[in-house]
Amino acid sequence: MSHIRGKGTVLRLAGALLSVFIVPCALAQEVTVLCNFEVDWCEALKATYERTTGQKAVFIRRTDGESLAQIRAERTNPRADVYHAAESASAKQLAAEGLLEAYKSPMTGELHDWAQRIAEENKYFQTPIYTGVLGWGYNTELLAKKKLPEPKCWKDLINPAYKDEIQMANPASSGTAFNTVSTVLQMMGEDDGFKFFAAMNKNVNQYTRSGSAGIRAAGKGETTIGITFLHDSVAQTVQGYPVKTIAPCEGTGYEIISSAVIKNGPNPEGAKKWMDFVLSPAGQNVAIAVNKFQIPSNRNAQTHPMAPKAADVKLIKLDLDKYGSKEGRDRLLSRWENEVAKAPK
Amino acid sequence: MKRRSLGPWLGVGWFAFVVLPWNAIGGQGFFAFNWIATYPLDVRVASATVQWLHHGRLWLLLPLLVLLTASFVMLRPAGRSRESWLLIVAGSAGLLGVLAIALAIDITGWTSPVFGAVFGPLPRRQPGLGYGAALFALAALMFLCHGLALRGWVKGDAFVAGSIGLALSLVGVFTLFPISRLFVRAFVDQDGKLSLAALLARFVNSKVWGIGGVVWNTLELGLLTAVSATLLALAFALIVTRTRLPGRNLISMLAVLPMITPPFVIGLALIMLFGRSGALNALLELVFGIVPTRWIYGLPGVWLAQTLALTPVAYLVLAGVVDGISPMFEEAAQTLRASRFQTFTTVTLPLMLPGLVNAFLIVFIESLADFGNPLLLGGNLEVLSVSIYFAIVGVQQDPGRAAVLAIILLGLSLGLFLLQRRLLARRSFVTISGKGEGAPRIALPPALTGIAAAIVLPWVVLAVVVYAMIFAGGFFEKWGLNHALTLRHYATTFGVGFADGSLQWTGGAWTSFTTTLTIAAISAPLTASFGLLVAWLINRQRFAGRSAFEFVTMLSFAMPGTVVGISYILAFNAPPIELAYTGIILVACFVFRDMTTSLRAGLAALSQIDPSLDEASATMRADSFTTLRRIVLPLMRPAVIAALVYSFVSAMTSISAVIFLTSPRFDMATVNIVGRAEVGEYGYASAYATVLIVVMLLAVLLIRMLVGRRQMSS
Repeated sequence: MSHIRGKGTVLRLAGALLSVFIVPCALAQEVTVLCNFEVDWCEALKATYERTTGQKAVFIRRTDGESLAQIRAERTNPRADVYHAAESASAKQLAAEGLLEAYKSPMTGELHDWAQRIAEENKYFQTPIYTGVLGWGYNTELLAKKKLPEPKCWKDLINPAYKDEIQMANPASSGTAFNTVSTVLQMMGEDDGFKFFAAMNKNVNQYTRSGSAGIRAAGKGETTIGITFLHDSVAQTVQGYPVKTIAPCEGTGYEIISSAVIKNGPNPEGAKKWMDFVLSPAGQNVAIAVNKFQIPSNRNAQTHPMAPKAADVKLIKLDLDKYGSKEGRDRLLSRWENEVAKAPK
Repeated sequence: MKRRSLGPWLGVGWFAFVVLPWNAIGGQGFFAFNWIATYPLDVRVASATVQWLHHGRLWLLLPLLVLLTASFVMLRPAGRSRESWLLIVAGSAGLLGVLAIALAIDITGWTSPVFGAVFGPLPRRQPGLGYGAALFALAALMFLCHGLALRGWVKGDAFVAGSIGLALSLVGVFTLFPISRLFVRAFVDQDGKLSLAALLARFVNSKVWGIGGVVWNTLELGLLTAVSATLLALAFALIVTRTRLPGRNLISMLAVLPMITPPFVIGLALIMLFGRSGALNALLELVFGIVPTRWIYGLPGVWLAQTLALTPVAYLVLAGVVDGISPMFEEAAQTLRASRFQTFTTVTLPLMLPGLVNAFLIVFIESLADFGNPLLLGGNLEVLSVSIYFAIVGVQQDPGRAAVLAIILLGLSLGLFLLQRRLLARRSFVTISGKGEGAPRIALPPALTGIAAAIVLPWVVLAVVVYAMIFAGGFFEKWGLNHALTLRHYATTFGVGFADGSLQWTGGAWTSFTTTLTIAAISAPLTASFGLLVAWLINRQRFAGRSAFEFVTMLSFAMPGTVVGISYILAFNAPPIELAYTGIILVACFVFRDMTTSLRAGLAALSQIDPSLDEASATMRADSFTTLRRIVLPLMRPAVIAALVYSFVSAMTSISAVIFLTSPRFDMATVNIVGRAEVGEYGYASAYATVLIVVMLLAVLLIRMLVGRRQMSS
């Protein structure tokens, strides 16, 4: 009856393993963070938070859309305290649904004017932690090999020479791409903007799902140009890939990334401490240690030496609400579907 | 005899009522045992008895009445009819009572002020039902099933009745309930109002149904993958069991290798190999001047990746069946002067039919539900699983659209399942009859051996190259940029150091690694035993609603993991059943998602075993449990191995299902690997993946050793 003995062994093994469920008693005061940063940044942030404040923190790595879906699914019984690194528009939606708690951190006074203005406009349901600038990066080796001109401006991207050489994300799935489209629409006007993307469609070899997939593909030489945030492009260069970052000549848009306190979370006090920390220079300087190149919201925070220089970038005046509202979003996506996705290749 | 088997359940019921905390323990959970400190009087950790006596919660008298009734039945001498009715009434009352309590109390307290007026107020933040309530409900269920068995249901077999009751309830709670929570969303329009028009508008959409639409793409991909994976698996199974080719044991190991690989890893390796700047293209350009293209992104790439990833699943299902075909029939054919080729086509192949159809079906459904490969390699190819994910988390944030797409996906999977039932209906595939079977296996005809080898060889080469790349990736400083050899990645993943005189787990992978291993080790035996038990019930027992039951068990398997994940948080985040952020929710998710594969493997194996063996056992007065344990299970060993291996591996490598279910304390390996690959740490990802692969390989060997091989003859 060896099979019976075998089964018993399996069961005993499972029993022994069950003991791993007995979690060593963690501090009850830990703060739970839905962290939308990349995982290395989340880890470094948690470690620094614990070291500088003496408080405990745990994080769950999510993309922005996943966090949004999770906070909504947990609305009757929220499990996380902080929605960290939320896209401004996402946090705005959740605030409107009554799922966030307003909190004005004492750090607010130290922030850049743009950050203070956005926090105030949002009645402190969110406070910006950094901003990122839109643009693209290209693979220098592939560009040279194909003898293509350097794409310096938005209008260059519809040059037929770049046929099947560009990747950008799909605005229906990626906040980055949504941001790109709404930026171009505001720069060129809605109708001309869609004409631009319809013309660029011939040059796009793939609309990726994730916002940074295009530039990662450019780094690995799978595509020549990837439209994305400048900080993601610089990250490729710093990792050693042959990528050059371009801030478009006509000017460009940006994203605002905020943190927000989740309403009725298990540890509201911890959430506030976390907010104070990530808005402080100590919290924002963590970015430098893990090679992140966004522009921090705190005036006293340092910016990575490799980060795109504000002087090199021409920012347009962006109305974040124009396409951030539900009607604006639906109109943008449906016009994209009809005028760009169906445009000739 | 039946009443003797009732005794333990009475014990469980009383224990649950008197001793165990009735409600869920929040915070660290039950197994942290820090609730002991305030036990037994604190209402949050009190048993039902204490809540009733000390805190005046009179509604908890109902369980007491149920238990008293069942105990009364136990103590009384015979008198079949009244006894059985009492049990049925008590059991149903217990179950309905727990259900009523679950519905009446939610996180805010009473759901209706009427209850508050009758029973007194309840404070906000009520905990969910705990082990006390769960075990009491289990006992009540068993009273009901025993009662039904006493009335002659399923030939009066209490074990069978109890098993059916248990399986139905578990599938109801962990599959039907969560999925229904999600499907309600299909009827809710964008403004949050119930609307049939919203459902119809989402359903009738040219993007969904048109040629090149998402349904079309999904089916095309599923069909291609199912055909190629089944053919490959057949070739593998034939070579391994029917030839004497050298190295076939190695091939059988290789055949399951892709299964024990985290899904994203294969995709990444394929890009490094076949991508525009991949190794193969670079070589072709260097030698022949062929300009590299992006062919890998789209249908061809996903098809290749899925074929690579799903062939092992088909192989595991097939291997058991091919192995189980008794040589007797083939010997008979040869005695009748059939050639080896004729024997193969007229005897062997038809006998493999249930295995082939099952393998085809499972691969098809897994391809429909696959998320990682289309995400990574899909290019502009839209398939259902990915569309559903982005309908939930994308800019649209339209769970209603996700629900409609999920319903379509489910419809496709269940349609396939029905097709399979029709194809295999009313045919006998019995080959293990218990009569003398000592003949050696008939070898495969040489021509067929050649064909099989020709099919398998390219696959083997590809697999070897892919694995060499994954393995090497962990030792290179940076893949594609700097190929200096280093052990750095292993130090950052699985580093161990000594500090302050004690062992320190310094590597970044340890936490998620031990969690994943633990969860998988707990899930696998549960999944396999549950799946095989259900297979046995479906194949060997006759009861009303059997087909519907089989149908329901397919539901969560046919759903893409993301959908299961999000429906699990919707269902289990708040009382009455509060499992979010625990390890239990991961285990439950794996058990009910993967049991279908165990079930199919079990069904395929059972259809080969002559029921007269069971009957012989029953004639000798063995009860059904003994027959299952001592006759059926040992004959099903290949299926048991397949079930255990598949469940273990699937829990270790699953990604889409756990995206929403991981929590700070329960981080999973695959999520960790993907996060690292995302920030360009391919060395870390490769090193971690290599360790996972090795550990799973060892686990597979361990399972084979523990379960042993089927002894066909003495």
